[in-house]
Amino acid sequence: MSFPWAKQYEPKSPVMKWVDERLPFPRLVYNAVGAGYPVPRNLNYFWNFGVLAGAALAIQIVTGIVLAMQYSTDATTAFFSVERIMRDVPAGWFLRYAHANGASMFFIVVYIHIARGLYYGSYKAPREMVWLLGVVIFLLMMATAFMGYVLPWGQMSFWGAQVITGFFSAIPLVGEPIRIWLLGGYAPDAAALNRFFSLHYLMPFVIAGVIILHIWALHIPGSNNPTGVEVKGEQDTVPFHPYYTAKDGFGLGIFLLVFAGFLFFAPNMLGHPDNYIEANPLSTPAHIVPEWYFLPFYAILKSFTADFILDAKLWGVLAMFGSILLLFFLPWLDNSPVRSSNYRPTYRWFLIVLALDVLVLGYVGGAEATNGNVLIGQIATAYYFLHFLVILPIVSAAERPRPLPNSITEAVLKGKGGTSPSQTAIPEAHSPQPAE
Amino acid sequence: MIRIIAPLIGLGFAFVLVLGLFGTLTSEAQPETAEHEFHEHPKKLDLASNGVFGKFDNQQLQRGFQVYKEVCAACHSLKYVAFRDLAALGYSEAEVAAIADDYQVPSVNPDTGEAATRDGVAADRFPLVYPNEVAARAANNNAIPPDLSLMTKARHDGAAYVYSLLTGYQPTVPAEVTQKYPEFQVSPGLNYNPYFPTLALAMAPPLVADNQVTYADGTPATVDQMAKDVAAFLVWTAEPKLAARHTAGLASVLFILIFTGLAWGSYKTIWRDKKH
Ligand code: HEC
Ligand code: HEM
Repeated sequence: MSFPWAKQYEPKSPVMKWVDERLPFPRLVYNAVGAGYPVPRNLNYFWNFGVLAGAALAIQIVTGIVLAMQYSTDATTAFFSVERIMRDVPAGWFLRYAHANGASMFFIVVYIHIARGLYYGSYKAPREMVWLLGVVIFLLMMATAFMGYVLPWGQMSFWGAQVITGFFSAIPLVGEPIRIWLLGGYAPDAAALNRFFSLHYLMPFVIAGVIILHIWALHIPGSNNPTGVEVKGEQDTVPFHPYYTAKDGFGLGIFLLVFAGFLFFAPNMLGHPDNYIEANPLSTPAHIVPEWYFLPFYAILKSFTADFILDAKLWGVLAMFGSILLLFFLPWLDNSPVRSSNYRPTYRWFLIVLALDVLVLGYVGGAEATNGNVLIGQIATAYYFLHFLVILPIVSAAERPRPLPNSITEAVLKGKGGTSPSQTAIPEAHSPQPAE
Repeated sequence: MIRIIAPLIGLGFAFVLVLGLFGTLTSEAQPETAEHEFHEHPKKLDLASNGVFGKFDNQQLQRGFQVYKEVCAACHSLKYVAFRDLAALGYSEAEVAAIADDYQVPSVNPDTGEAATRDGVAADRFPLVYPNEVAARAANNNAIPPDLSLMTKARHDGAAYVYSLLTGYQPTVPAEVTQKYPEFQVSPGLNYNPYFPTLALAMAPPLVADNQVTYADGTPATVDQMAKDVAAFLVWTAEPKLAARHTAGLASVLFILIFTGLAWGSYKTIWRDKKH
């Protein structure tokens, strides 16, 4: 895989030579994240977020394993065990706040990572498999985060589990039996808590496995870049190490600063106060809301209020899952040969509207269900689906893209690394880069 | 194929949404309620523990503890807090032992094995006030006084909320409320308080007169002062590691800043000769 000019691993010490001959693991690492992986020279800061997502996962796994040593998976003691971690376990508050805010950081990073892929067309040929595996990771992350939120067994844990597993009861006929089977009972209880903990511990390692596939698939064509123009020759690339390891080191520093800001100074800002009340099946909270990173999807769920053939609730559930599953089809919905939206003058605007639309959905998801908010939610939900399923296929066929640079290096030397959406200075370029 | 099916699905979802949208447009606006209109946000409360550099004021926490112990403890438990934790407020080992000794904690009679109580020791947690929920309801007009350990984290703007709630009681429903919402009534046994989401709660005003407690440090015990002090104390019970967290946070941020600066330097050095 990779480009012919990629550097080859040459062990420097006799020990590494000895290892490499018997198990070429050092070689594997060198080719994956070392000097053996040539990367476009013009990547902007948005390309830091893949590595940051990896860092976030590592933080979740490490803090999670240590927390599990003190956590009690029993509906009668779970809440108390979390308080013991906060009060009596040395640095327990640090571990718990790191894990809780780490989940939020993970989603912030992955949302930016996905937005990067959408904007620069990284989902297109030849990187479809990278994208598909990315969406799988995203789904696994959501499931993991949902089950993790149940574990402290506070009011939102319990009622969130009640609402989310309730989605399944929208399925006609078999819905209710499926819900009961998933929960191991009629309502979330000891059985549900135990299986959620078991799966919450397992899934991050599944995610880690899929990430390996994700990066493997990425390294076949190599990374995309802000121009969306494929690498043409050695002058277009730099070795990953030291060029991007250095840049990622700096990015990691910024990430940790933001993370520390939440962890040490506002650790409960992104959480809900009700989760500091122990779960009580007899007392329903005034507003049941999921964690912030699910709010746009929650808004989509709530926006379907009309029965039409199917009942409104089922429409909502279908749309909510549909809103994520449609990402699997993106590479084939977008027919444009141009990757980077910097060269797609029309589509660019629709994407910007989509980003605002998702923010609006996030707001509506957390807001009270007044008529005004429901209305905004319905319009925003409609745009979400129209964007991907109607606008994107039409615009990608109708749009006249801007001229592309002939190569990454040309764009860089013209001072237009492709990072800004301004018209390129390159006078006459070939027809748009065909997606090979 | 997919570019035909997808728009159909998209338009299908949009159609059902438009149906719903008409429903929303034609449905009547939810009637305005007294609870919605007259519910007030907590008053501002300045505490030493606020802000990035926030630390506890031990003097104040001791006063707050005194209010809790002499007033609130009649109804509210503090079950996640252990007596030994009080050492953090500046109490000596002997003082902690004496406080614990004042409480009776559940035990068994060593001779008969029957349920009994014994004097508390530093390692015990604050015992429950009522043996069970039924007893709690029976004694409080069918309401349960919630455990206060986590109260300031379990409400939005927790400390300010507790302070506002304690000082926000009004003896009768204000005229403007009854004028606008004649049907609004406070059921017997409840007390009007605009800071409570339903405007009326089962807790009778617990702090009613100045000098209800006599502060050991001589601070004048006005109702306002007692409310502030107990709110500050409840910040500590909910987040005893707050000050340690802030200190660790400042050190961490400093460390990460240095790391980030060095990383920036090496990034710039490595890319010096590469235009990108
Ligand atoms: C006579 C018993 C009694 C005393 C004394 C008492 N409370 Fe309460 N408290 C209650 C009851 C009962 C409720 C539940 C009210 C309800 O849900 O309507 C309550 C509720 C509360 C709440 C929760 C309000 C909410 O948002 O749910 C707080 C906070 C509170 N009390 C603080 C205090 C403090 C601080 C003191 C001491 C200064 C105190 N209470 C003294 C009986 C008492
Ligand atoms: C656990 C979460 C994830 C981790 C650890 C991860 C990791 C990475 C890494 C290290 C890269 C290469 C660096 C980069 O280009 O940023 C990458 C690239 C990529 N990822 Fe992810 N990823 C995650 C989730 C996702 C998700 C959820 C999606 C999309 C739904 C996605 C889509 C992509 C795409 C399209 C690329 C190629 C980018 C390009 O070359 O332009 N990833 N990922």
